[in-house]
Amino acid sequence: MIRDFLDSLSESIERLGDTVRFLARILAQVPSALLRPQLIFDQIYNAGALSLVIIMLSGLFVGMVLGLQGYDLLQRFGSEDALGTAAAIGLVRELGPVVTALLFAGRAGTALASEIGLMRATDQLSAMEMMAVDPVRRVVVPRFVGGVIAMPLLAAIFSMIGIYGAQLVGVQVMHVDAGSFWSQMQASVELRDVNEGIVKSVVFGIACSLIAVYQGYHSEPTAEGVGTATTRTVVTSAVIVLFLDYLITAFFLK
Amino acid sequence: MRKSRALNLGTGLFVLLGFAALFFLTTQTTSHGLSFGSEPYYVVTAKFRDIGDLKVGAPVSMAGVQVGRVAAIGFDSQDFKAVVTMRIDDKFNQIPTDSSANIYTQGLLGGQYIGLSPGGAETYLKNHGEITFTNSALVLEKLIGQFLANFNKSSSTSGSSGGSPK
Repeated sequence: MIRDFLDSLSESIERLGDTVRFLARILAQVPSALLRPQLIFDQIYNAGALSLVIIMLSGLFVGMVLGLQGYDLLQRFGSEDALGTAAAIGLVRELGPVVTALLFAGRAGTALASEIGLMRATDQLSAMEMMAVDPVRRVVVPRFVGGVIAMPLLAAIFSMIGIYGAQLVGVQVMHVDAGSFWSQMQASVELRDVNEGIVKSVVFGIACSLIAVYQGYHSEPTAEGVGTATTRTVVTSAVIVLFLDYLITAFFLK
Repeated sequence: MRKSRALNLGTGLFVLLGFAALFFLTTQTTSHGLSFGSEPYYVVTAKFRDIGDLKVGAPVSMAGVQVGRVAAIGFDSQDFKAVVTMRIDDKFNQIPTDSSANIYTQGLLGGQYIGLSPGGAETYLKNHGEITFTNSALVLEKLIGQFLANFNKSSSTSGSSGGSPK
């Protein structure tokens, strides 16, 4: 049993090292991939514009729930005017980047992994290699760069919609004063808070995109392999995102 | 070709919306992003015996109207006082030199801010001027301590503002 555990441990470490090497390989190809921006634009569309609806809907509901819960908590202390601050800080610093990353892994990450995995299974990647086209440069890098660009923009949209959702519930339903909602928010949210959110969403974008393209590229060339790659993408992304979230938060609180 | 144009349009709209959201977050949710080239201001310092919980960025107000912000907090090792540097908006350039600076608390649990009370002098504060009349922050623990000390000694002439029990 201990042997099994050690085996799986060494396998995980091996996979981590392999992922990092894959990242280095992608980064080395980024400049040459930028010479064909059309491929990247297509991927920004796939990863970003197509995820817009789910991101906006989720942002609205998360913001509305935050408005309700925040109001209920704050009115116990008689400080429901601070609802704007609570909602904005919660969304911009934490919920925006994290929930967007989880949704991004589910919506765009799985699409990337299964697409590349299917290319592997149907020998399209090998065909490219035969034509002396590097599949990493032609297929993997544009998808990675597109995901990294799309993720921070999605997180910003999520936070913005969420703040309006909280405002909708707080001001329209619970009758918090609209003036104090916004002015307290502007008085206590600092640029540092927004920066934290942006840093988080960029890091999560890199992590989620890397995991998705790695799992797709290294999937077993079978129908089952593609399914496993897709599942692994979601599971690994979720765990890594939450782990990195803790690290970055602790770093910014210093 | 038509398909790729629609695709580019979608991509462009998405990127625009994303940057609009980023712009919204940096300017509308914070108070710093609004002034781009930073409005003209002048700097005034004041020394306090105790600044309590005052933070950099706290508002400086006069008659309840915000006229500036706390830019920096330092410590003077000569006379053991806190040196508070305030940025006052250039619009409010007629503050008498003998004005006094007090540290107040917003609400019961709110943050602390500096309130300026105007004096009667004919000359006005200039850039890098100093406000000499200051009142320290009201620290609740000290106040209670003084009150208890007075109460135990039952001597009403200790010169404290903590209220003398009769």
